Amino acid sequence: MEIPGIVGAGLIVIGAGIGIGRIGGSAMDAIARQPEAFGKIQTAMLIAAALIEGIAFAALFAA
Amino acid sequence: MQKNIINSILLVSFLILGLHGFSQHQENLTKPEDQEAEKDLKNEIKNDIKHHVKDAYSFVFFSNSKTGESYGFSLPVILIDNGLHVFLSSKFNNGNKLVHIGDTYYKLSHSKIYKTDAKGTITLNAHGHPTNDKPIDLSITKNVLSIALVSLILFLIFSGLAKSYAKNGLIPKGIGRFFEPIVLYIRDEIAIPNIGEKHYKKYMNYLLTIFFFIWFSNLIGITPFGINITGNIAVTFALALLTFIITQFSGNKNYWKHIFWMPGVPVPMKIILAPIELLGVLIKPFALMIRLFANISAGHIVIYSLLGLIFIFKSYLGSSLSFGLALVISVLELLVAILQAYIFTMLSALYFGFATEEHAEAH
Repeated sequence: MEIPGIVGAGLIVIGAGIGIGRIGGSAMDAIARQPEAFGKIQTAMLIAAALIEGIAFAALFAA
Repeated sequence: MQKNIINSILLVSFLILGLHGFSQHQENLTKPEDQEAEKDLKNEIKNDIKHHVKDAYSFVFFSNSKTGESYGFSLPVILIDNGLHVFLSSKFNNGNKLVHIGDTYYKLSHSKIYKTDAKGTITLNAHGHPTNDKPIDLSITKNVLSIALVSLILFLIFSGLAKSYAKNGLIPKGIGRFFEPIVLYIRDEIAIPNIGEKHYKKYMNYLLTIFFFIWFSNLIGITPFGINITGNIAVTFALALLTFIITQFSGNKNYWKHIFWMPGVPVPMKIILAPIELLGVLIKPFALMIRLFANISAGHIVIYSLLGLIFIFKSYLGSSLSFGLALVISVLELLVAILQAYIFTMLSALYFGFATEEHAEAH
């Protein structure tokens, strides 16, 4: 229950949240422009989200 | 028809996830000392969670904290220490007894086996970690047994599928109708776009195995037996190591050139970029390992903590809310199971594609 650990975890979650939020946002814009490409955009969005989450989880385990 | 399917899926998920509650210890609700009981309860839940996420030398189905009885079966312990010793882990009696073989004593402490003296002393270093010697431990632990179980399931399903294709031609029947789209998806959307038409067939075996192994292991981790295969960093290390070895051995001249001496880049930059690229070769499988391990074990810990909350809120409202939350998170874990398998497979295919890339780009 140390303070630096919890503050670090909070920062990591903020970073991951912002990153994945931006990806989701641009994915939504892209789907709105071209609804036929929904499948490909969804795939690319999930891949990018998983990569960011990987780093976030790794850092969370260290914190 | 639709409604029946949805009803049966909901029923099955409620049954499976409701069984989770039975795998916890029962707590006595009439303790007079409130504060002490609260702290003991939280500590007990914390220890329980740690114990459920780690490996174990026996397979426990239920246990009763009041009488100390556990129902399950104990697994064989295989040690190599001046000779091969094989015995059942029930000799350890949950860490209460020392096992005496020849003139060495073995003690089970926090699910690891150490060599001790006759009194069973374990010396701790500054961080609280034991510094005793450890014998070479090749036991059949719970994780080894679970991996064997998942492999058996995979083998049975897919050899059955192969036989039914041999008998009935190329149109699948029965469970083939569920697996064929998935296998085709892996071939058409993961393998061919990343590896290319020429070489993808060599890697399809590995990609399919990895995908279904990780998916089924994750799914087994959600069932209430407390099995935690991919949430163990040694298992994900082995999977990432396999991907690493396959990429290195299938790297052609273009691959190594792109790492150490990139074409089309001025010489000073090449010298700076080469160590970074070399580090990248090691870091990519490392990230694979960490990503899978952290996602799955974090999910398990969250579910166990929420279930532990049921026992901390000793009221109908609090307990039922935390049960509902645990149910929602468990459904999310189903999604995470297949997503992590897909990501691992896709990134492995991507790395294989880098390794076997023909010189087609105009730098």
